[in-house]
Amino acid sequence: MAPIIEVSSLSKKFRLGTSRHDDSFREFLVDAARSSWRALRHISSNGVNSANSDWMWALQDINFGIRPGEVVGIIGSNGAGKSTLLKILSRITDPTEGFVRLRGRVASLLEVGTGFHPDLTGRENIYLNGVMLGMSKAEVESKFDEIVAFAELEKFLDTPVKRYSSGMYVRLGFAVAAHLDPEILIVDEVLAVGDMAFQKKCLGKMGEFGESGRTILFVSHNLRAILNLCQRGIVLEKGKLTFDSDAKRAAEYYAHAVAGEKTDSHDSSFDLRGAGSRAPHYKPWLRRLEVSVDDGKPFTGELPIGGALQFRVDFEIPNSTSNFDLRINFVDLYGQVIFAARSSFEPNRDWGERSGAQRLVCDIPRLALTPGDYRVDIGIVIEDRCIDYVEAACRLRIVDFDYYGTGRIPSLGFFVNDQRWRLE
Amino acid sequence: MSATAPLNPRYELVLRPHKGWQPVDFREIFAGRELFRFLVWRDIKIRYKQTMFGGLWAIFQPLLGMLIFTLFFNRLAGIKSDGPPYPLFSYTGLVLWNFFANSVAMSSNSLVGNQVLVSKVYFPRIFIPLAAIGALILDLFIGLLLLLAIMIYYRWPLGWNAIEMPIYALGTLLAASGLGLFLSALNVRFRDVKYAVPFFLQMGMFVSPVIYPVRYVSPRFQWILGLNPMTGMIVGFRHAMLGGSADWPLVGISSAASVFLFITGLLIFRRMERRFADII
Repeated sequence: MAPIIEVSSLSKKFRLGTSRHDDSFREFLVDAARSSWRALRHISSNGVNSANSDWMWALQDINFGIRPGEVVGIIGSNGAGKSTLLKILSRITDPTEGFVRLRGRVASLLEVGTGFHPDLTGRENIYLNGVMLGMSKAEVESKFDEIVAFAELEKFLDTPVKRYSSGMYVRLGFAVAAHLDPEILIVDEVLAVGDMAFQKKCLGKMGEFGESGRTILFVSHNLRAILNLCQRGIVLEKGKLTFDSDAKRAAEYYAHAVAGEKTDSHDSSFDLRGAGSRAPHYKPWLRRLEVSVDDGKPFTGELPIGGALQFRVDFEIPNSTSNFDLRINFVDLYGQVIFAARSSFEPNRDWGERSGAQRLVCDIPRLALTPGDYRVDIGIVIEDRCIDYVEAACRLRIVDFDYYGTGRIPSLGFFVNDQRWRLE
Repeated sequence: MSATAPLNPRYELVLRPHKGWQPVDFREIFAGRELFRFLVWRDIKIRYKQTMFGGLWAIFQPLLGMLIFTLFFNRLAGIKSDGPPYPLFSYTGLVLWNFFANSVAMSSNSLVGNQVLVSKVYFPRIFIPLAAIGALILDLFIGLLLLLAIMIYYRWPLGWNAIEMPIYALGTLLAASGLGLFLSALNVRFRDVKYAVPFFLQMGMFVSPVIYPVRYVSPRFQWILGLNPMTGMIVGFRHAMLGGSADWPLVGISSAASVFLFITGLLIFRRMERRFADII
């Protein structure tokens, strides 16, 4: 059967900084003058125009085909090009080179509740959103009751959505999207929001959709969701397609090869200032992380079950405040936070107003995680706003250890816990 | 999502890079007409949300304008109309001018004001600025009804000329759409547009015959005024509603300018729209 989606030599380049910086005419003129001067200089010096250095390839030579009925997960870290690929497939942006051939109607869900207007009521937004996502008015009308029931918002239909909680908003948005009837459904990690129960309901609805023979393209950080939902996985790294296989293998490849690329550096001290895993909108307020195990021994990347860890984090506080919170998250290969440590959980915290360079020391006397690979994310929250976050500041492998002292190695589940047994 | 939709074997859409000038895809626009209606409806609904007077603003704006202009330009500065009572004369100009000016102002900010629609969902982009203008047609209707009321008040007769009125309303619509499409696209790239548009619209009212008749300008230069599409539209509109003579060459030049503005705006918009999502 002919592929329903055919992606051929697809590339997309962006001008660096275009979206953020030169949005006024004056800057455009300055820019134009500067770049023509640069061009002139280069032509005279070596005859080559180096204008390409201002461009970045978000996608490079992507090729794949998807057969009707396939449910495919697209996996990749931040900036790997996942969103760009989805935007091209949804016609929001043009490719720079190559083409996509679609043999079915596409509905794409890049955001929950696209086009919702805060001043309009739930009822009004259902119509607006439905028609915007490609339904006809008659279709929305016929599915209206189902949509409302799915969202569980019967009582709030005539309330403006600006009075909705974020959970209600997401439920309404997804309920509309779940009742679309396209041949190809494209979903960007919108499921990352909303409460767990509703997420499950959405995943269930998508699974149902996939089973009915429709084609789904699903992008997510959440490898668990991908494993549950998809048969096939495509891994993107820095704009290139590097792996295309069944979902399980793709998830494993991503978890080890991509997310775990730094596992073999056995350092105990990590520079956070130049960390590449920081989202571009954060300034490097986090500076350095030092990790030691047990009694001050340097960290080698490994820790036995129940071992002791000490984190020393150097960071800076921009303005004098007592409301700062350092967060250390232990995240498993599938992107799930297994354990979250926060400096605000310290009961004896009486550190007063602080500003400038600080060092916080976090002692974890017994890290009771089961064997496996984890990454440690570090974030700093000032006045309830996250100002810096470094993903995978370091990596941690929990290794087998006879935690209970019985000669048996606990490996099932997420954590170990002290327990007492007796026979009565 | 229960029943399997049959795959249409003939459906095929190829997404390729677009370069240079693009034709207008009328089929796609026609297919999206339902969404366009919803966007117009949305813009009407939200315009006066959380205002005390709501839709009455559509009446206050030209009415207060008429009173102030009559007081200052007619009574104090001594500007005379070319026949009808000055309040009626200036209100007629204002109704059309306000429609034009509000349309240009609303549409030029429409893309930037709806960034989510540009970057998260696909439909013909021209719907966004055109829906903003579509929503203002309602205000034009309200303004016209009020014009009839003022004509009754002054016992000014409505002649057969009135059947020409839609032509000038359409000409104004074309000019406003062309300019609105162009400026909304430019605004995506250069936020200067947001600051420049109100200023130029304010100036524009004084170079259009809203508060004075065209005969105030020397006949030798009147054709230059005609390059401003609103000159001919206002002259023609007054002729249609209030009677009297009209300077037909002037109306002709302005009509051509309107059509030219519309087509140019549309084509420039089509050329620029492929980059909207990348730079907005």
